[in-house]
Amino acid sequence: MSMLHTVNKSPFERNTLKSCIGHALPDSAILLIEDGVIAAVRGTAHEGTMRDAMNGRKVYVLGPDLMARGLSTDQVIDGIEVVNYEGFVELTEKHDKVQAWV
Amino acid sequence: MSEPWEDEGPGEVKKFMYVNRKAPYGTIYALESLEVVLIAAAFEQDVSMVFIDDGVYQLKKGQDTQQIGMKNFSPTYRALEGYDVEKLYVEAESLAERGLTEEDMLVPVEVMSRDDLARLMDEQDVILSF
Amino acid sequence: MPIEVNGKSYETDEEGYLANLNDWNPDLATAMAAADGTTLDENHWEVINFLREYYEEYQIAPAVRVLTKAIGKKLGPDKGNSKYLYELFPYGPAKQACKYAGLPKPTGCV
Repeated sequence: MSMLHTVNKSPFERNTLKSCIGHALPDSAILLIEDGVIAAVRGTAHEGTMRDAMNGRKVYVLGPDLMARGLSTDQVIDGIEVVNYEGFVELTEKHDKVQAWV
Repeated sequence: MSEPWEDEGPGEVKKFMYVNRKAPYGTIYALESLEVVLIAAAFEQDVSMVFIDDGVYQLKKGQDTQQIGMKNFSPTYRALEGYDVEKLYVEAESLAERGLTEEDMLVPVEVMSRDDLARLMDEQDVILSF
Repeated sequence: MPIEVNGKSYETDEEGYLANLNDWNPDLATAMAAADGTTLDENHWEVINFLREYYEEYQIAPAVRVLTKAIGKKLGPDKGNSKYLYELFPYGPAKQACKYAGLPKPTGCV
């Protein structure tokens, strides 16, 4: 029973990511979308939080949302996988359930 | 066929500050603010725009919205100069927290400390928050 | 109401502005002007082309005040004034010229 968590809020704006991490079991995956992609970038004040989240969990980020915000895929923290919309769909198929943190 | 700005002078000029705190595209705030600024520019007031918190992402270079199917409105910030909106302030602390620098900004801006911005806010007649 | 040009139909909004910017071509501008009783000459085209370049660069249609100033900068003071532009486009330079240029109505124009 593995869960896919999606986070669509900036870590600077809401505590959505923190709350998600607190409730996401070790075998679950986290996908950052919309303003949530800001957390995937290297060198922000939330990089530590993000690295904690990656401990035992797989983290993905939606590439199109990164690009829209002028953030390039090579600024992404090592270990976070960049996916496109097709990858988003595959992730939802691969996991039993999706929990959206909004 | 006269236009309002041709009839009379601007009258009493007030200091208007637009405070932008949200990243673009995730919410509508950034675009709404930009549209209000462009419309209100016709009233020839003393306008400044401030970018703090996630608002600094509005001016991030290299935005490409093709895949998310939304209009990339970042080139419009470059038109502000032609509307006589020339005072764009970006908060230094907000840039630093996000690993960004002045070089990441797509228009010329003045980078200012939080303390200096607080003082600048205090000097305004009207502050509009987005 | 769609507009018909050279046997092709183009979608417009209720005020006659082109629905899709990429549909635009010079014949379409000529047809839109003809419907308003205007024949486009080189002075009209100068403004229409200027507007298309402006939109390409900034992704907005300029307010008339901004258009006037920018035209003056590019084409000289005898063209960068509202008298000249209103003579060319009596329905309002921003509104009418933007329509022929296939742009949306300028922000703030009612």
